[in-house]
Amino acid sequence: MSHDHSLNPETMPSEPEKATQEGKNKFIGFWFFLGGETVLFAALFGTYIALRNSTADGPTANELFGLELVFIMTILLLTSSLTSVYAMYHLKNNDFKKMQLWLGITAILGFSFLACEIYEFTHYITEFGFTFRSSAFGSAFYALVGFHGGHVTFGMAWLIALMLRNAKRGLNLYNAPKFYVFSLYWHFIDVVWVFIFTVVYLMGKVG
Amino acid sequence: MADNTNSKDVNPFQKQKNKEEMQKQLITFALMIVFTIIAFVVVAAGVMDSMFVIPILLILAVVQVGFQFYYFMHLKDKGHDMPAVMIYGGIWAALLTLAGLGVITWW
Repeated sequence: MSHDHSLNPETMPSEPEKATQEGKNKFIGFWFFLGGETVLFAALFGTYIALRNSTADGPTANELFGLELVFIMTILLLTSSLTSVYAMYHLKNNDFKKMQLWLGITAILGFSFLACEIYEFTHYITEFGFTFRSSAFGSAFYALVGFHGGHVTFGMAWLIALMLRNAKRGLNLYNAPKFYVFSLYWHFIDVVWVFIFTVVYLMGKVG
Repeated sequence: MADNTNSKDVNPFQKQKNKEEMQKQLITFALMIVFTIIAFVVVAAGVMDSMFVIPILLILAVVQVGFQFYYFMHLKDKGHDMPAVMIYGGIWAALLTLAGLGVITWW
């Protein structure tokens, strides 16, 4: 098997995610991707800010949004960011079981966030009749927040695939970069959410 | 040897360093929670004018995202020059995008 890649105390590098050329390339390449994602979300935010008052006599941001649910969602996602930091801490200490445990907690928090978001969207649609087609505000809102939710969904699929695929392999220099790159993606999801709760929900409440 | 794989032992110096790093991460997390709570309280209290509230909210968001990038995503660590170029390049293009959309909407 890949015994040139396996980790043991004598050869354990301090940064297993960047110990191979492939790992270094993934690390740089993923940051490049995140730079591109920043621009993509900026376009969606710009569109939302331009259209947020074009409600076409439908419900407005102030009428729709409830701060309690958004606060819970923020705490869930922020905490899941910390739990993935814990997972990377155990990766660097070469403790595969604890890393899997913290990744599992991250997944639970991620799914809880998604459940809240699905509840939120169905609440808007059934109680307020507020859909993607209601108004320009509706289109911009669902495009921006939905795209972030899509990123969370993709991240969950990615995490579950990583955890299952490597469950019996343990940690090695081949899969350490994969786990590390996922953690970068997950933190970036939280970065985007910070701007969503600020620009969409809090500024929507302020007016 | 294959039996040696995934032993939990890591060089103790490294382990101590990782532990100290984790303590910094926890402080970062606590600060981010505090910033989040301040942002929500400012809005929920509703005592300030939106002229003041919006800049405060944006500053809190930028600071929180800075913590996320520099601590949680390790941008502060060595060997992160290229990632910094990538992400700041992205932020620059993002600001241009926002400015462009702003100009065609309000100017």
